[in-house]
Amino acid sequence: MTLADTQRGDRVSIVALRITGAERRRLMDLGFVPGTELRVGIRSPLGDPVAYHLRGSVVALRAAQAALIEVEPCS
Amino acid sequence: MLLTLRRARRPENPVDRGCATCPMAGSAAVHRHGLTTEGADYVVALAGNPNTGKSTVFNALTGLRQHVGNWPGKTVARAEGAFLAAGKKFKLVDLPGTYSLLSNSADEEVARDFILFGRPDVTVVVADATALERNLNLALQVLEITDRAVLALNLMDEAERKGIAVDHRALARDLGVPVVPMAARRGQGVRDLVDVVARMATGELACRPHRVGSFEPELEAAVQRVADALRQAHPGLPNARWVALRLLEGDPNVIREALAGTLGEGAHSQILSIEEVGKS
Repeated sequence: MTLADTQRGDRVSIVALRITGAERRRLMDLGFVPGTELRVGIRSPLGDPVAYHLRGSVVALRAAQAALIEVEPCS
Repeated sequence: MLLTLRRARRPENPVDRGCATCPMAGSAAVHRHGLTTEGADYVVALAGNPNTGKSTVFNALTGLRQHVGNWPGKTVARAEGAFLAAGKKFKLVDLPGTYSLLSNSADEEVARDFILFGRPDVTVVVADATALERNLNLALQVLEITDRAVLALNLMDEAERKGIAVDHRALARDLGVPVVPMAARRGQGVRDLVDVVARMATGELACRPHRVGSFEPELEAAVQRVADALRQAHPGLPNARWVALRLLEGDPNVIREALAGTLGEGAHSQILSIEEVGKS
């Protein structure tokens, strides 16, 4: 599943980033690296973007970006 | 992938006449980035993520002695200022706030180019003590490029308010560079930062920054081969290893600069082409 399929409060860990190039590097620079655990935060009023809590900070991603990040639930 | 670097003659630019060992060399480097070093003994670059209080640190150091303009040829704003310390004049250049030096945006290109090719005497990385993990991404990248860096650990008051305690001494040991805890908006740590910067600029303080170790054998061999070729093409190139990694990664900006001959100031040669010659 991807980050776009998650709900608020879900705790997931990143499996892979299904994108290459500058966008991939940008996501990694913000902390979205395979193996990272994160918590899904609030969704903005129109549904997009969504806040994600990781590495002690919060990053907002659009649905289009979230759909590129493959995740699995944390056990 | 094998890179073939061939040389060509390029018309001499008067500003490039200084070579690495000549006192002109530093001036040539910063001139390219639109700065004048008249009257300044040292150049200090200020880097850091957005929202780390970098502007506050900049203002605290320079007071009203600032000038705001643009980086040459770009729409990215630049603030320059100056401060005096230990009887010397320091020129302070505020780099755009960036999360990294590797992504392809004008801001990050400007910041990276200045740290790598502008050769500031000291690079100060301002970090947010409440989001240290994310901020260390840029700090570690800076340490790959230069060994004259200081980490200004700002927003310590905010960290205290949130119940976050940072062991800045352990951090300094791990990073291999000085770490100065600060709360710039309260004026705390500013004098300490000035002192550390001054001592590093004069050479009194040296550091051994933490660097990524060597890579897997295949990659390491490739990096060394490319770095050696680069050093031959551009003898004055700072950190050929870093540039080699960017070329192997296919960084379009670095490749463009390599082909345009703007990689090393003082270089009278140019890389004609970068070819992929089969797999190695």
